[in-house]
Amino acid sequence: MTDTADNGNRMTGAEIVLRALKDNGVEHIFGYPGGAVLPIYDEIFQQEDIQHILVRHEQGAGHAAEGYARSTGKVGVMLVTSGPGATNAVTPLQDALMDSIPLVCLTGQVPTTLIGSDAFQEADTVGITRPCTKHNWLVKNVDELAGIIHEAFRIAQSGRPGPVVVDIPKDIQFATGTYVPPSEATASKSYKPKVNGDLKAIQAAVELMATARRPVLYTGGGVINAGPEASKLLRELVELTDFPITSTLMGLGAYPASGKNWLGMLGMHGSYEANLAMHDCDVMVCIGARFDDRITGRLNAFSPNSRKIHIDIDPSSINKNVRVDIPIIGDVGHVLEDMVRLWRALPKKPEKAQSADWWASIETWRAKKSFSYKNSNDVIMPQYALERLAEATKGRDTYITTEVGQHQMWAAQFFGFEEPNHWMTSGGLGTMGYGLPAALGVQVAHPEALVIDIAGDASIQMCIQEMSCAIQHNLPVKIFILNNQYMGMVRQWQQLLHGNRLSNSYTEAMPDFVKLAEAYGAVGMYCDDPKELDGKIAEMIAVNAPVIFDCRVANLANCFPMIPSGKAHNEMLLPEDATDDAVATAIDAKGRQLV
Amino acid sequence: MNAHQQPTGSAYFISPETAKVESHTLSVLVTNEPGVLARVIGLFSGRGYNIESLTVSETEHESHLSRITIVTNGTPVVLEQIKAQLERIVPVHRVVDLTVRAGQLGQERPIEREVALIKVAGAGESRAEALRLADAFQAKVVDATVGHFIFEITGKSSKIDQFVAVVKPLGLIEVCRTGIAAMNRGAQGM
Repeated sequence: MTDTADNGNRMTGAEIVLRALKDNGVEHIFGYPGGAVLPIYDEIFQQEDIQHILVRHEQGAGHAAEGYARSTGKVGVMLVTSGPGATNAVTPLQDALMDSIPLVCLTGQVPTTLIGSDAFQEADTVGITRPCTKHNWLVKNVDELAGIIHEAFRIAQSGRPGPVVVDIPKDIQFATGTYVPPSEATASKSYKPKVNGDLKAIQAAVELMATARRPVLYTGGGVINAGPEASKLLRELVELTDFPITSTLMGLGAYPASGKNWLGMLGMHGSYEANLAMHDCDVMVCIGARFDDRITGRLNAFSPNSRKIHIDIDPSSINKNVRVDIPIIGDVGHVLEDMVRLWRALPKKPEKAQSADWWASIETWRAKKSFSYKNSNDVIMPQYALERLAEATKGRDTYITTEVGQHQMWAAQFFGFEEPNHWMTSGGLGTMGYGLPAALGVQVAHPEALVIDIAGDASIQMCIQEMSCAIQHNLPVKIFILNNQYMGMVRQWQQLLHGNRLSNSYTEAMPDFVKLAEAYGAVGMYCDDPKELDGKIAEMIAVNAPVIFDCRVANLANCFPMIPSGKAHNEMLLPEDATDDAVATAIDAKGRQLV
Repeated sequence: MNAHQQPTGSAYFISPETAKVESHTLSVLVTNEPGVLARVIGLFSGRGYNIESLTVSETEHESHLSRITIVTNGTPVVLEQIKAQLERIVPVHRVVDLTVRAGQLGQERPIEREVALIKVAGAGESRAEALRLADAFQAKVVDATVGHFIFEITGKSSKIDQFVAVVKPLGLIEVCRTGIAAMNRGAQGM
């Protein structure tokens, strides 16, 4: 009897891989075959539980897996070959590391006997990916393969989520070993993320919050990562406390943009009211964000008079950039649950009058309308295009991805996200080329949803090859290009920092995006007239196929408001102040050295 | 509050560092598996931390544990960050800042010792002098010919520095030092 049971668990390494993926709930993997992963591809061919989505470049596989993960809360899985397959995966791995996206990347490796011999398509994958993963493994024994894959999934999705790499030599894929199910796998003892916050610290935080006259909630991607329940708790906390709330780029959607306490995004291109509230507050509650330099501006002028509470699952985020008064280490969901409960239990809740002056200040800042722009009847303003796009998608299940640059900031400013997991963007690493493959990953996870990649004309060309993937797998993503014929954000910085010398930021040989779409077998659309925009957007949404929408926008529009490098939150450059002169002198000599 | 201060030209708005740089000794308990040392060292180089001394060896064979002792320096904020970053590494079990711990125990420093092998070649009076000095420093002779000695010396780094300095003019050939092994005083473990 035991013999048969054992035999049932005896299988090749490649079979172990597929079985382990299935047992970890994987339904889709994104990948690209090659010599060192052929045994695994052979197994993929012989089963139907897991669908493989063939990308056109391994970077695309990684971003697709990120989009998939971000929009579902599940782990994204990618499969690539050795050598160039693995090196092409490095960009999405680092992207996932910086944005805390759970990703399992399986890489093929040359046979163990050839490792170190400079074999064909050999690269030191664990060496190369060590700094861009949360953890990685080189599997040297087929009997350890199943346990390592289970551990990879555990580490990728628990604690602060992140990417992991499992490097599997080809001989291990062929070798016969024993499969161990997840329930029987031994977890490493050294990895024990802390999810529950210290109750005393949470109590102290709640008491401090109750004394606040000028409070602000500053939330980030950690709320999204903590799952939909955390967003609900956050909304409840806002409801209970009536605190104003702002969010980082990564946290948009956790609190609805239509909510009355919403201040808009904060940071370099955030709203005036959000940044001024951060600067002038007396109690700041940072929830699942990490005081990134795009958020803080000049550190020594960052929110100088506030007491700060910081909730984060990663202890190294505490006091990394900004000293805080009350650190709470734990999962945002768990901590918010305690926080809501303890706030309800407060013997005396603050009176409305306590923060009345604060809300009055916020209203005057809001009245500045810092996202305003001058519209035109002749050319499409990029902000207008996004407002119309947002309007046209209202009431639909819409997911937005972006590339990186001005269009990304405008999307964050103008789209208005109501739900978590509906906004996929490359925040920490700022990876141009992220949006299209990420949109494909989202569409795979949500076949019925409307998935739009808001793109720039430069970024979209970095992973344009994935159009072919969209066609092959019937993924009707909509690519909405705000085409200004420039690398807009590069140009904006050249205007600010380098005397308007636009070095290499103008794209002289732009492809005809309509023909390009058609060449791939997709639908191409073009619009350069504001009067036709609504009709064409409606047409784009109605098409049940991938669309490239070439939206020609005002070439020289810039993204404001902006905190110039080396300036503080209260030194924002507002759109009405951004004259040519002000732009040229916005950053002083020292600020120019900053990024 | 500090709005009069200007950025330093560093890429990430780092304000001028005024806090004092301190040297601390960290004990890091890790799973003894391939690549673990590379993860630790890679963290230091990748994040721009300094390593003054590093020793590593398996200390608990049955449980596959190795102990890494790192002497590093930085401001208190940076040292706290180094500890937190080390703790993020998956095969790292524990990190103890022995210097901070010594302070908590009311001691000046943890016990820090180093072993060195020191080769001195020479003849006549300088050879005799080398032997006399070795005796004074309690260094043992572990190898000798008529033309050379190899001394083994154990002690604080400063003692070894001093011994190396005094034998230098007597025909110092080479020095090999282990780096620091360290532990806190008292009955408690790390």
